[in-house]
Amino acid sequence: MTSGRKLRILVAKPGLDGHDRGAKILARAYRDAGFEVIYSGLHQTPEQIVQAALQEDVDLIGLSCLSGAHMYLFPRVIDLLKESKAEDITVIGGGIIPMDDIPKLKKAGIKEVFLPGGSLKDMVDWAKANVEPCRYGERKE
Amino acid sequence: MERSVEQKPERMERFSTVSDVEVKRIYTPEDVKDLDFARDIGYPGTFPFTRGCQPSMYRGREWTFRMFSGMGSAADTNKRWHLLLGQGETGLSTAFDFPTLMGYDSDCPRARGECGKCGVAIDTLTDLEILTDSIPLDGVTTSMTINPPAPVLWAMYLAVAEKNGIGWDKIGGTIQNDMLKEFIAQKTLMLPPKPSIRLISDTVEFGTKYVPRWNTISISGYHIREAGSTAVQELAFTLADGIAYVQDVLERKKLDVDSFAPRLSFFFNSHLDFFEEIAKFRAARRMWAKIMRYRFKAEDPRSWWMRFHTQTAGCSLVAQQPYNNVIRTTAEALAAVMGGTQSLHTNSLDETLALPSEFAVTIALRTQQIIADEIGVANTIDPMAGSYFVESLTNEIEERAWEYINRIDEMGGMLAAIERGFPQREIADAAYHYQQQIEGGEKVVIGVNKYSTGEQVYPPLLQMSEELEEEQIARTIEVKRTRDSRKALQSLNALRAACKTDKNMMPYVLEAVKAYATEQEICDVWRGVFGEYRESSVHL
Amino acid sequence: MGLAKRILQGDIRATARLLREVEEELPGAIDELKVLYPHTGRSHVVGITGAPGSGKSTLIDVLIDAYRRENKTVGVIAIDPSSPFSGGAILGDRIRMQRHATDEGVFIRSLATRGWHGGLSKAAANVIHIMDAMGRDVILVETVGVGQAEVDIMNFAHTSLVALVPGTGDWVQTLKAGILEIADIFVINKADKQGVNEVEVELQAMLQMGAYSADAWKPRILLTEAINNKGIDDVMEAIRQHRESLIASGRYEAHLRERSRLELFEVLKSSLMDRVFRMATEDDYVEKLIDDLASRRVDPYSAASEVLKRIVREGKF
Repeated sequence: MTSGRKLRILVAKPGLDGHDRGAKILARAYRDAGFEVIYSGLHQTPEQIVQAALQEDVDLIGLSCLSGAHMYLFPRVIDLLKESKAEDITVIGGGIIPMDDIPKLKKAGIKEVFLPGGSLKDMVDWAKANVEPCRYGERKE
Repeated sequence: MERSVEQKPERMERFSTVSDVEVKRIYTPEDVKDLDFARDIGYPGTFPFTRGCQPSMYRGREWTFRMFSGMGSAADTNKRWHLLLGQGETGLSTAFDFPTLMGYDSDCPRARGECGKCGVAIDTLTDLEILTDSIPLDGVTTSMTINPPAPVLWAMYLAVAEKNGIGWDKIGGTIQNDMLKEFIAQKTLMLPPKPSIRLISDTVEFGTKYVPRWNTISISGYHIREAGSTAVQELAFTLADGIAYVQDVLERKKLDVDSFAPRLSFFFNSHLDFFEEIAKFRAARRMWAKIMRYRFKAEDPRSWWMRFHTQTAGCSLVAQQPYNNVIRTTAEALAAVMGGTQSLHTNSLDETLALPSEFAVTIALRTQQIIADEIGVANTIDPMAGSYFVESLTNEIEERAWEYINRIDEMGGMLAAIERGFPQREIADAAYHYQQQIEGGEKVVIGVNKYSTGEQVYPPLLQMSEELEEEQIARTIEVKRTRDSRKALQSLNALRAACKTDKNMMPYVLEAVKAYATEQEICDVWRGVFGEYRESSVHL
Repeated sequence: MGLAKRILQGDIRATARLLREVEEELPGAIDELKVLYPHTGRSHVVGITGAPGSGKSTLIDVLIDAYRRENKTVGVIAIDPSSPFSGGAILGDRIRMQRHATDEGVFIRSLATRGWHGGLSKAAANVIHIMDAMGRDVILVETVGVGQAEVDIMNFAHTSLVALVPGTGDWVQTLKAGILEIADIFVINKADKQGVNEVEVELQAMLQMGAYSADAWKPRILLTEAINNKGIDDVMEAIRQHRESLIASGRYEAHLRERSRLELFEVLKSSLMDRVFRMATEDDYVEKLIDDLASRRVDPYSAASEVLKRIVREGKF
C-alpha cells in the first residue's frame, strides 16, 4: 500500500442469509490489520450495499453469502456499482460457492472469491496487495 | 512420568479441547473421587438421566436416522425424501429455503436469487401437499427446521394430515420454533422478541392439547455452536433458552409444567472433539433433569428427561480436500451416538460447496447405518460411563455451564441477556479466538493448515434447475388465482384480530392455510401487528 | 476537479470523495473546502451522545424517520472508536440505520476516532461543513462521548442531546466532563424498563445545581421508547424549540461566532504546526534548536519565539 492511508472496507451480507460468523471474523481481522471496516449488518439488498459503499467511499466491498444466492446477488452489486459509475471499487466474495461458479463470478467483475477454510491472513494480505486507497484525483470520474 | 517428560517434551505446550478446555495428560480415580454413582451417573431412564433418557436406549430401538434435507421445489425435495427413505433413513427432516425461513413468498423481491437454493421453497399449502406426496404421515415422523413462520408450516402439515384423514393424535414430528437462538445465532428474524415468544407459547399450548405426539419446540444449541461458541456456551445458552421458554409457558398459559415438559425437545451440535462432545451430551441431560426437577418442580419423571436430535458440525467441514469431510462426520456421528442422541443427521462431504448430491448424502446416511450395525457402540448403553476422563470432563463442562446460567439469571434471564448482547459477544469472541488458534497453527485443520496440497479435486456437485424460481413463482401465482380470495382475506383478517387479543393463534393460522393464504400473507399480518425486528448492533 | 460544484448540487459520490480527501487535508481538498465554505451555516447540527446500550443508534434511526416525514434532508455522522493497537476500526453504527441507505434524502457517514490530521474535532467540523454545503437540513452527529474531541464536537453542535437508559446511572460518571454541562436535551430511552424514576431524579438534581439566567434554555428531560417509536415527537419538538430559543435569544449568532472562533484557532494551530513539521524536514534548523534547548543554551519560550520569527520572515504557509 503506497499511500500509507487506511483502506476503507465495507463488509456486507447481501440477501436473506443470516450466517454472519465469517463476516464478523473477517471484519475483526481487517480491523486488526489497521483498516477501517464498515459492517453493513444482515439482510441487505444490493441497493443498500451499493449506497453504503458510495456514501462511505470505500475501496473494497466484501460480500458474504452462504445461502447459494450468490450468482444473483454478487453480479447485481457489480451492476449497480457500474450504474453509479463506481466500478473502480474492488469487490470480493466469499461463502458457500461451488467451484464452477467462481469463473462466472470473476467474469461478472468479482475480483476474488474466498471459500470456507481460507486463512484470514491470506484475505488481509490480498487486500493489502490488491487494493489501493484512492489518492485524490486518481479515481476515474 | 515427570522424568520421561523432561527427557522428551510433549508435542505441544498445552493440550486442549476444540473449545479450549485444558486436557490433562492422564486421568485417575483422583479426578473423580467425589463422584457418586447413584447421584451423578445412575441408570438410563432415571434421574439424573446422565446415561440416557430412557431405560433401553439403543438396545430397544436405534436412534432415528433423520437426514436434514430440502432443495428446490417441493417436488424435487419429495423425490430426495423418497430416495432417502428407500435407502433406510427412518425419520424426515425438512430444510427450507431462505425466503420460506424468513416468511417471504418466492415472488417477493427480497427472495430474488434465493428461491430453492439452500432448501425447499414453500409458499402455500399446495407446496406442502406436493412435499408430502406418498409419505405416510402416520408412519414416519417429520422434523421441520423453521422458526419465525413455524406456526404456518406446522399448520400446513396439520392441514395435510387432516385432508388425508389422519388424526392429529397419529402424527408425530418436530418444529424447531426456537426464536431465542435466532436472536443469538441463526438470525432468521422476523418479529421482535416478545411477540416471538408469544407465538411459541401458543404452539406449545396447542400441541399439548391437540397434537400429543408433536414436539412443538426444539431448543437448539446447534446454531449457537455453528456461530462459533464453545461447547460450554452451546450447552449453557441452550439450557438458558429452555428455562426462558418453560417460564413463559408457565406464566402466560398457566399450564401445569408436567403437561408440556415431556414434549420439549432439544437439538445439539456434534463437533470435532470426540470426548468433549460425549461429555457435553451427558452433562446436558444431567443439568436439564436438575433444572426441571428442582427449579421448575416438575413431578413427572418424563418432565425431567431430555430428548435431543443431533447434527454433526457443519462448521467443522472444509472445502479443501472435501473427501476428508467423511472422516470428520464419522467421528462426530460416533460421538453423538456414544452421547445417547435420539436422532441424528450426518452432513455430506460436499456441503461446504453446495447442497448434497445423491452420492454424498448416501455416504452420510451409510455412516450412521455402519455405526449402528457394524461398529458395536450401540450394543451397550452409555459405554463411556466410568471413564475417569469422560466423567471428569462431564463434571467440568457442567460446572462451567452452571456459571454461565447463573450469570444469565443475574442479568434477568435470557431475553435480558440477549438485549444486552451478552451471548452474542461471547460467541463472537469464541469464534475469533478459535480462528486465531487455527491461523496460528495451534489448532490443526488437515488440508488447510496442515497437509494442504493446493490441488483442487472436487466431487460432482448437485445441479439445480435455472428455471426453478420462475416455476415456483408461477405455481404460487396459480394458487392465488384459483383460491377463494374472499375466504383467504377473511381468514387473514380474523388472524389479525386474534393477534390483538391473547387468544391462541394456531386455529386462525390453520384457517388461513386451509384457505390457501400464502406464508408471507400470514407473516405480513404478524409484521403489521407486532412490528419487524432489526438487528441493532454488531456485538463484535 | 469540480468536486465542490458537484457537492453543491447534492452529488453523493463527490461528497463521499471529498470527505475522504479532507481527512488528509490535501491542498486540492482544502481548495474545494474553500469553495464550499460560503455555502455552509445553514444546517441545524444536533450532537448525540449516549451510554452504551442506551439505544442511541435506534433513537437516531427513528429521528431520521421523523425528519424525513417532515421532508427534511438529513446527514448523519457516526463516530466510533479506533483500535489503539492497530489504528483500524470497526464502524458498525450504520447497521441500525441501513434501511435509510437507499433514501437520497439521507446521507450516512461513519468516522473513526483516530488518524485524523489535525484531530477528530476538526475532521468532524469539516465533515459537517461538507454535508452542510451539500444541502442537508439537519446533521446528526453521533459520538461515544468519552474523549475531549467529542466534547468539542458537542460544543460545535447547535443542540446537544444525551441519551441515557435506566440502570446506567454510573455511566454518567464516565462521561467526559463537559458533556453533561452542555447538554440541552436528556433522553431517557427504553423508558419501559425499571429504574426510570431514579435516573430522572438524579438528572433533575444535577440540573438544579446549575445556574440558569432567565432567558436561558432549561435542559429538557424526555422519556422515549425508541424501538416502539414512543416519545419521538417530543424529542423533535424539543429540538425545534431549542433552535427557536437560540434564535430568539440571540445565542444562535453568539454560538456561530464561538464556533467560528474555535474553528479558526483549530485551523491556525494545525496549520502552524504543519509549517513547523515541514520546516523540521527542510533543514536542520529545528533540530539545532532542540539541541540548544536540551543543553540549556536556550529556553523553550525563546526557542518558540525564534521559530515564529523565522516563519514570519519566510512568508511561506
